[in-house]
Amino acid sequence: MRRSSDDRSFRLGTGAFAALVLLLVLGIAFELTRQSMLSIAKFGLKFWTTSTWNPVSGDFGALPFIWGTLYSSILALLIATPIALGIAIFISELSPRLLRQPLAYLTDLLAAIPSIVYGLWGVFVLVPFVRKLEVATPDALKKIPLFNGPPLGVGMLAAALILAVMVIPFTSSVAREILKNVPSTQREAAYALGATRWEAIKVAIGFGKSGIIGAVMLGFGRALGETIAVTMVIGNSPQVTASLFKPQYTMAAVIANEFTEAADELYLHALIEIGLLLFIITVAVNIISRLLIWSMKRRVVAPIAAPIVPAEEALA
Amino acid sequence: MTASVLQSIRSTTLESPSPPRFLAGEKVPKADEGAELAQDFVSARTPNEQTMTESKISVRNFDFFYGASKVLHGISLEIPAQKVTALIGPSGCGKSTFIRSINRMNDIIPEARATGAIMIDGQDVYGGDTDVVELRRKVGMVFQKSNPFPKSIYENVAYGLKIGGMRNKRQLDEIIERSLTRAALWHEVKDRLHASAMALSGGQQQRLCIARALAVDPEIVLMDEPASALDPLATSKIEELIYELKDNYTIVIVTHNMQQAARVSDRTAFFMLGKLIEYADTNAIFMNPKEKMTEDYVTGRFG
Repeated sequence: MRRSSDDRSFRLGTGAFAALVLLLVLGIAFELTRQSMLSIAKFGLKFWTTSTWNPVSGDFGALPFIWGTLYSSILALLIATPIALGIAIFISELSPRLLRQPLAYLTDLLAAIPSIVYGLWGVFVLVPFVRKLEVATPDALKKIPLFNGPPLGVGMLAAALILAVMVIPFTSSVAREILKNVPSTQREAAYALGATRWEAIKVAIGFGKSGIIGAVMLGFGRALGETIAVTMVIGNSPQVTASLFKPQYTMAAVIANEFTEAADELYLHALIEIGLLLFIITVAVNIISRLLIWSMKRRVVAPIAAPIVPAEEALA
Repeated sequence: MTASVLQSIRSTTLESPSPPRFLAGEKVPKADEGAELAQDFVSARTPNEQTMTESKISVRNFDFFYGASKVLHGISLEIPAQKVTALIGPSGCGKSTFIRSINRMNDIIPEARATGAIMIDGQDVYGGDTDVVELRRKVGMVFQKSNPFPKSIYENVAYGLKIGGMRNKRQLDEIIERSLTRAALWHEVKDRLHASAMALSGGQQQRLCIARALAVDPEIVLMDEPASALDPLATSKIEELIYELKDNYTIVIVTHNMQQAARVSDRTAFFMLGKLIEYADTNAIFMNPKEKMTEDYVTGRFG
């Protein structure tokens, strides 16, 4: 027999699954904190701001890793965003119909390649290429801190490039979907006012702006957490430097490299605290991007304080 | 707009079924009346032997195809300047395709193709030397569903001007005020020009779209079922607006609503299955149609 109480149990059941997600996130945060208490207690906030990483003397500071993660991700974002948006715009607005599906499929396929494969490609193709670039850099240019450093191939530049390649399919396929969902009436409105193709596309981008920012932030989040490919090409040397050529280290890379050899408890706790930091940074980036999208939506769609004058009154 | 004029228009629009405007008795022209009136209603006596005042759009043997299927068959008609011309007909009759051919909005659709000619002021819209961007600035369009940009009211009206290269703030302000006034929206929005257009009501949004179209100073305004998504009050305001706009613009309107065609238009073209069945003065189409099909349609026997 059908009963309305079935609806209630259905709602409770699905609600429980939804609650599970929240519990999982909270559980992770709790466990990460618990397991890094030794390091938190010993170093406090200094952990964020110091650069020593000495397992032998038991001195740990995470700054170079935080720096490496943020720097490589931001660089990747700078490289990937214009390319990804270009791909999305071409596929959704400009490409011949026949090419549309295959191109979309190919970009999505980039996201399906395992990151270890990107890492191998990085080691054997990208790093030698970057090394050539570095060798060819004129000495005058090398005086600028950005290009200062030995021509090793491995280093920040290789990491940023490989991250960019990995981020592109994510950003571009989300941006593509967003452009596809912009109502055609928006483009028509622009065309009817004498817009060129490019101007009509700009209207579509404007309409999907908040979603596109979301797409970019999604790419950023992905870059922050990427581990193995970056570990293979960044050089794994903890230092805080603006140089693109010098090897550096990321939070994810140091955890992956050193977790198995962390013999004493403080060392282990320090590594887990880095995991906690990465977790916090990722959550913060997500919250900031949500706020950004939300504020933009509010500016555009929300009702305003002034009451809407009823039609009759205004005309009377 | 004085209250009394509004009242009179509202009473004709809201009473349903209402008689066509020119049958209401107030404005039916007589042969011996002044030249001005005679010019306005020159065709009233002999509906199908037109001595047009001035033809703004001249359509000659126009065919239109989507891929292999032909959707318009040899359309020929003359659309007079500073008049409202209504296109009526059942769904799928090609009236929307036709109106979108006038400013070449159909260009966006792949595999769309046209033969024949649509001349505006003697220049073929589909001719090789026509710049479609220029064309669309001259031929404005208002769509079935209001489609404001997710920007402020001000920026919506300014859009066409800005892409046209206008940067002068004072000039922009002036044109925006004038366009909103012409679209009968100024008084409702003047205190919140920089608020989002999305917060306006459906009828206000549609009038905003009309203001946006007027801002670039078109000569012709095409309206593709501009009131079909609106409530009766908002519809009556749009109709009233159309009636006023024809002093300055040539207006072509597609409508599903025959009473609306009767109320707002001077000339009416009846389309069916991609063919132009009959084209004459609005009162002739509704009171004295020549074709059986027209009669059946306007009397509601099908459609």
